[in-house]
Amino acid sequence: MQTATSAFQVHDQDNVATLLGEAAAGALLQIVGPAGRHNLTAREKIELGHKVALATIPEGAPIVKFGIVIGIAMRPIARGEWVHLHNCRSRLDERSGHFDVHTGEPGDNAYA
Amino acid sequence: MPEPAANQAIARSSGRIADRAWTGYLRPDGRKGIRNHLLVVYTVECASFVAQEIARDEPDTHVIGFPGCYDNDYAIRVMLALATHPNIGGVLAVGLGCEYTQPHRIAEAVRASGRPAESFFIQEHGGTRTSVAYGKELLASLRARAAEGAVKVPMTWADLTIGAECGGSDGTSGLAGNPVVGRAFDRLVDLGGSAIFEEVVEMIGLRDLMISRAVSPQAAQQLGATYDKMLSYCKAVRQYSVAPGNFAGGLTTIEEKSMGAFAKGGSRRIQGVIRVSERPPHPGLWILDSVPDEHFMQFGYTNPNDTEGIMDLIAAGAQIVLFITGRGSVIGSAVAPLIKVTGNTRTYRNMTEDMDFNAGRVLSGELTMDEAAAELMDLIADVASGQPSKPERLGHREFFLMYKHQDVPSLEAGCRA
Repeated sequence: MQTATSAFQVHDQDNVATLLGEAAAGALLQIVGPAGRHNLTAREKIELGHKVALATIPEGAPIVKFGIVIGIAMRPIARGEWVHLHNCRSRLDERSGHFDVHTGEPGDNAYA
Repeated sequence: MPEPAANQAIARSSGRIADRAWTGYLRPDGRKGIRNHLLVVYTVECASFVAQEIARDEPDTHVIGFPGCYDNDYAIRVMLALATHPNIGGVLAVGLGCEYTQPHRIAEAVRASGRPAESFFIQEHGGTRTSVAYGKELLASLRARAAEGAVKVPMTWADLTIGAECGGSDGTSGLAGNPVVGRAFDRLVDLGGSAIFEEVVEMIGLRDLMISRAVSPQAAQQLGATYDKMLSYCKAVRQYSVAPGNFAGGLTTIEEKSMGAFAKGGSRRIQGVIRVSERPPHPGLWILDSVPDEHFMQFGYTNPNDTEGIMDLIAAGAQIVLFITGRGSVIGSAVAPLIKVTGNTRTYRNMTEDMDFNAGRVLSGELTMDEAAAELMDLIADVASGQPSKPERLGHREFFLMYKHQDVPSLEAGCRA
């Protein structure tokens, strides 16, 4: 039997947790941290160091990690969904929203 | 993260850590070095090949320099701070002969610090081969004088200045790598040492948090002004200190990266802000501001790469720098050893030959944060005692310096002829 991948919730106000291993779509996640332990199903594949939504987050709502706002939801995000460049934007940095969601590669330079 | 309250093993080990001592090199200004390196300094890119060839196969000799022909007060200050660093025993400055920055002025400043120093212009000593041979002769003489003048003294934590820099951060950096370094910084400060962290451009959104850590109203004022300058700078250049590898590692925004990066500063009071090439006026925890000041030329990118930030910390007098990298990195540093820490166990396994410390064991529950910090402190003491860090063992001695402007009224400007 495979043990659940853990994800760490830094602050009890956080609506995302950081994966401490890799999770496949449909995998069970064990959320650990100051708010206690609970389980959650990953709705898609999520890599180590990436974030999972702990609650439903409406469009325009803050994404909270470390107890601070780290970005804004660009569209509604479901519980268990991967939270990253495709659905969360910085309040300051406009450029990074255009980067590849998996590699972070910038696509806004012309190499010609 | 597992965090058991009291742990007797920690109590025992912390007693032992406080007692650690080693032998270092006393410099005439009272500072103590953990290495006795020689330094070759080139004063323009045109002299860099000869400088590198002079240092080739000389294991105790590091190379720094400035590529520009037109001089820059900031760059001269950085080179002088490094040439008079406690880890440096002697200096050779090498120029081509056309450039603004003057090698003989660098050598004079180094001699005034009580160290042996020499200088020459390549154009006055023939071509590449003759200059390299001449440089190696000077180096041999400097080495003999540096060894003769070396005063060995006992050293402990209060004699250490340690820098912290992060680069190639990922989702583990803010959870393990940086917090473990922050915990070690707390210990260092409590033991009377000096701790410096930088990357003000990675404190986005944290103005109130920074100010709440200030030791005094004056420090709070400095922190607020440093934050405001940084934010207007980042807005003006439309570039935040976040890179493709950070995104690939799970960090989504500069705000998220910032909160993780700030964790390397630990929890002690911040004494104030120093600028590049300044030294902390007294022990404790300090922030280094490397963001360019407003200037009509608007030159100088902030944090163009990890090496620049690491060299800024060394120019502030750090004898060792801790470099936290979740994604992994293969750099070292000139002048002072780099200790590479990762919070990502996968990175540690992939790059064990380069990584000194695996803080990822905190995330897997193998170690508590305090146990990891104690182990890191032991490693710092080992490296201070002469054990080479992994980048040192591999021969790494990266250096980077570019044009920048910062007003530093407290320091003398320049070394121009």
